[in-house]
Amino acid sequence: MFSALYTYASPQAFYPLAGRMIPWFASAAVLFAAAGLYVGFFVAPTDATQGEAYRIIFLHVPAAWMSMFIYLVMAGWAGLGLVLNTRLSGMMASALAPTGAMFTFLALWSGALWGRPTWGTYWVWDARLTSELILLFLYLGFIALKEAIEDPRRADRASAILALVGVVNVPIIYFSVQWWNTLHQGASVSLTAAPKMAATMLAGMLLMVLAAWMYSIAVSLARVRAIILERERDAAWVREAVA
Amino acid sequence: MGAAFAMTLRRDLLIALRRKSDAANVLLFFVIVASLFPLGTGAEPGQIRAMGAGVIWVGALLASLLSLPRLFAADAADGTLEQMLVSAQPLAAVVAGKIAAHWLTTGLPLALIAPLLGLQYGLPADALAVLLAAVLIGTPVLSLVGAVGAALTLGVRGAGVLAAILVLPLCVPALVFGAGAVTASLSGLDPSPHLSLLGALLAVSLVFGLWASCAALRVALD
Amino acid sequence: MLEARALACERGGRRLFGGISIALAAGDLARVRGPNGSGKTSLLRILAGLTRPVEGEVRWRGAPIGELAEEYGAQMLFIGHAPAVKGEMTVAENLAFSLRLGGIAAGAAERRAALERLGIGAQAQLPARVLSEGQRRRVALARLALASRVPLWLLDEPFAALDEDGIGCVRDLVSAHLAAGGMAVLTSHQEIPLAARAVHTVALGG
Repeated sequence: MFSALYTYASPQAFYPLAGRMIPWFASAAVLFAAAGLYVGFFVAPTDATQGEAYRIIFLHVPAAWMSMFIYLVMAGWAGLGLVLNTRLSGMMASALAPTGAMFTFLALWSGALWGRPTWGTYWVWDARLTSELILLFLYLGFIALKEAIEDPRRADRASAILALVGVVNVPIIYFSVQWWNTLHQGASVSLTAAPKMAATMLAGMLLMVLAAWMYSIAVSLARVRAIILERERDAAWVREAVA
Repeated sequence: MGAAFAMTLRRDLLIALRRKSDAANVLLFFVIVASLFPLGTGAEPGQIRAMGAGVIWVGALLASLLSLPRLFAADAADGTLEQMLVSAQPLAAVVAGKIAAHWLTTGLPLALIAPLLGLQYGLPADALAVLLAAVLIGTPVLSLVGAVGAALTLGVRGAGVLAAILVLPLCVPALVFGAGAVTASLSGLDPSPHLSLLGALLAVSLVFGLWASCAALRVALD
Repeated sequence: MLEARALACERGGRRLFGGISIALAAGDLARVRGPNGSGKTSLLRILAGLTRPVEGEVRWRGAPIGELAEEYGAQMLFIGHAPAVKGEMTVAENLAFSLRLGGIAAGAAERRAALERLGIGAQAQLPARVLSEGQRRRVALARLALASRVPLWLLDEPFAALDEDGIGCVRDLVSAHLAAGGMAVLTSHQEIPLAARAVHTVALGG
């Protein structure tokens, strides 16, 4: 298995593999999204305290989880590239960043829309919201640093260091609702305890999370293919592939 | 290790001493910025006291950012940074010496002036003491995180603004706890939880900041 | 003692050179030749551990230099293009600091003698910013007079910006170092004769 990993570590070998994988993940994303939205908007019951406004949970929570998860994966790829000096790892990190930033923005925006009817305010400076905002700035800083450095290898390594330094922020976001008295509600879903919400709501939410996950993979694979073509544009195989 | 730290600290302090205007300008900027806020927002005493801690902290943050180019850029330009990377001394000790010198010439003067600005904002004596403590603990964090930003953007076009964009989000926890300590003291609450969190931040940024700065310098001079 | 195997270098997406191997033992000299832009400085920086090669590795006494870090720095002296002299410090202070960075112990009298040898003894107490380009190079090279115990010297264009006296002085220093069992790798456009136990030539750029 490791020899297979090793083979696909070269951009040239990974390019066609990624191309074959994209349709599967894209279809999965569409299916999960359709199922999740159906459950979320037609099957799950009205919430006792929040009424219909709560349904934004089916966008907000998947977006928030993906924003943190993608950052960790991105930092992981970046760190791998730093240690092993591989080109593809840096390209994967570059491919993930815009999607991660988008989900972070979506989480903040959907959260604001949810906050207005339930808390009476679009924004409050509590620990969770502030650290999620910092996460958005970290993504944007990562992208900005990569754009600013001309040499792609140096850009990969510098932004990898930045990503790793920012990893500290992710546990802060996740645990902020436990460590501080925040306006944001505490965790309703845990790996160890029973969930504190109706089964159908949970199902809808998890389906949307899976949809977001499949979408992220599909989009990142498509993006990394474009990055590969751009970075390896002097290689013979690229000239043949593009011709 | 200690010898390398002391030797670099002494050298950077010597250079800073011979270019006094650099440090003086940073202090002046701090004072001006902190004085601009009441002019901009209206001068009611209650309002001013409430925002004093935050304004002083943001001013210290911006002033520290302005002084970051001094940290590595000059040495990178004349080739001395390169010599530090091929030296017989551990890079971490040398970089620590440079960051310590940066704090002594930037952060420490800012910290000592902050209570005076706090007076301008009408903060009472015990809040001023908390402010001093918070800025004393917090400015090394700014120097350490700033060093990472400065190292990552060495020689890059638009390095000043880019370093600021990278550094400011990472400095937000220091800002929150530092200003929060003073606000707590103003409300009659105990500021020590904020101060201890700030201390923990200092410990974490000491480890991460040194590692990241050294790694970023090696990348920048590759 | 110094072993470089199959080094390859890329700069700005372009491959400068590949498959370069060097092996140096005590008393050996390696001259790196090539036209401008062929990667001479990059090769020297790879040997110094500043630049990571795209392929290949450099070993010092059998250990990869990446693992050795400052241990390698203590046994190697690198003088690059930039003279690494701070304008705000005096010539004497600059020399003292660079010696301590390199782990070379030298008393005040020895440092003075080194500056005299390179012809800048009279400028010892002047701030380096008033020196000419050639004089700053001499400050950087003054280290060589005290670095006899550092086995490996990596010198990038050591004769550049020097007059005849300066060139003669540096040539003597390098020759003495080689004769005493030291090693050197240098790049130079000029054909300065140097005697060594073995002279390796590394030709880049074609």
